Amino acid sequence: MKTADMTAGSQTRPAIDTEAIRRDFPALNQRVYGKPLVYLDNAATTQKPQVVMDALIGFYTRDCANIHRGVHLLSERATRAYEAARAKVRRFIHAADEKEIVFVRGATEAINLVAQSFARPRIGAGDEILISAMEHHSNIVPWQILCEQTGARLSVIPMNQRGELLMDAYEGLLGPRTRLVAVAHVSNALGTLNPVRRIVELAHRREVPVLLDGAQAVPHARVDVTELDCDFYAFSGHKMYGPTGVGILHGKMAHFEAMPPYQGGGDMISSVTFEKTTYNRIPYKFEAGTPNIAGGIALGAAIDYLEGIGMDRIATHERDLLQYATGVLAKLPKVRLIGTAAEKAAVLSFVVEGVHAHDVGTILDQEGIAIRTGHHCAQPVMDFFHVPATARASLAFYNTREEIDALAAGLRKVSEVFS
Amino acid sequence: MADLRELYQEVILDHHRRPRNCRRPDDANRHADGFNPLCGDKVSVFVRLEDGVVRDIAFQGSGCAISTASASMMTETLKGKSEAEAARIFERFQDLVTGKAADSDPSELGKLAVFAGVRDYPMRVKCATLAWHTLRAALSGSRETVATE
Repeated sequence: MKTADMTAGSQTRPAIDTEAIRRDFPALNQRVYGKPLVYLDNAATTQKPQVVMDALIGFYTRDCANIHRGVHLLSERATRAYEAARAKVRRFIHAADEKEIVFVRGATEAINLVAQSFARPRIGAGDEILISAMEHHSNIVPWQILCEQTGARLSVIPMNQRGELLMDAYEGLLGPRTRLVAVAHVSNALGTLNPVRRIVELAHRREVPVLLDGAQAVPHARVDVTELDCDFYAFSGHKMYGPTGVGILHGKMAHFEAMPPYQGGGDMISSVTFEKTTYNRIPYKFEAGTPNIAGGIALGAAIDYLEGIGMDRIATHERDLLQYATGVLAKLPKVRLIGTAAEKAAVLSFVVEGVHAHDVGTILDQEGIAIRTGHHCAQPVMDFFHVPATARASLAFYNTREEIDALAAGLRKVSEVFS
Repeated sequence: MADLRELYQEVILDHHRRPRNCRRPDDANRHADGFNPLCGDKVSVFVRLEDGVVRDIAFQGSGCAISTASASMMTETLKGKSEAEAARIFERFQDLVTGKAADSDPSELGKLAVFAGVRDYPMRVKCATLAWHTLRAALSGSRETVATE
């Protein structure tokens, strides 16, 4: 089961050759409105390397069959490829066992699964779920639904003006009624890298389980769920260069064993009669119905690709790029960064004085620059900073300094139009 | 390729910088709120309707240049118009920004014709029409917040 840590020792390898890397991503090599595409919306979704698309097409071309049920060769090949992808995920996030890896549709479904199958049976009126002020709606709304169902309450860890969680306040909020902590590993709207190891440790001291939303973390740095010791870890395939419609819920085996299924259907059972159904073992208990087989296999291909480059090299490149971009934006007088935490992923959320984010987005788009504008599915974050919306450039390892310069030129154009 | 200047015409930028009728009249007898959840734009439209005529119209809110200018110019255009005229102008305006109107006949829209550039930016049609949808809700007496999504 144990395999070598693929990322170990990669720090000594040379820096990323973005020119070569970019050839792996066909979508990056196109012009929009006659200008080279500058894709800076990676926190929304990343572009896909050719090997991921080859895996999708390869499955449908040669191996298309349902898994875990056919006796025929194609079904066997499909099952093997799908389970091999599960093994790759386990290795990639350093989970203890493949049984801890559940395929879901995405981080959103993973969180909903934990809310309904793990939290709901063990929570009652007056109990508390603790989330943070910088959560994505997907790590707010499932808990609000749960609170409505059970009479539990939602508590919120506050943050400071830089977008950093107030850890003292967090400790104070961990009370006798706290039943679960659910926090983003990296904030999608601000880029803040939260001290999740410490968050887990403090919660565990009070025997409170912790779910980490890793959707924005997994694509950008080495994640080790065993070292983090979190109870659940959720992430999406499409934000880590894999296809849409597939994601992962990692959970500790003891939790998974104790939890009831999330959905009923085929594949999650071992026997069914009209009188009684016996559920399948984990992780299959949580995988009702035919899953996104091609998506799972292609996610495995994305992991192979990322490991080939090395997560440490990816993190180094993105850190360098973030530093460069922060410096470049600081030189633009009308641009103000929202989210200036000391520990950050390569996300630059900003406002342009006197110009609404939506107008910024349209003008940049005309320059071939794709960014996100709006509330980033984090309306409470916008309210906290008293802005209706921000513009957000989120970087990936295939982005270059030249593209940051193009962003700066685009922002100067914004100021020109609105001068 | 669409020219940005077609979208961000000087008149639009001017109404964005100095929106007209941006206030809350005390004597309004019609009111509705509009919201674009996609970009967070919010607008409230206030109307004093007497004998089927828009005697006063104003708005408040926060939004992009297109939505603010559209709300501002809407209030200027519709003051003194009848409900039926307002409905007809909205229809024409919608045709204009979605590219359904013929280029040759912008006369009825007057100054609103500057929004023709929006047709090249389908993502921005909702910005241009938010205030208008909200006005329609205000005139029909709807209490629900108008959402573009």
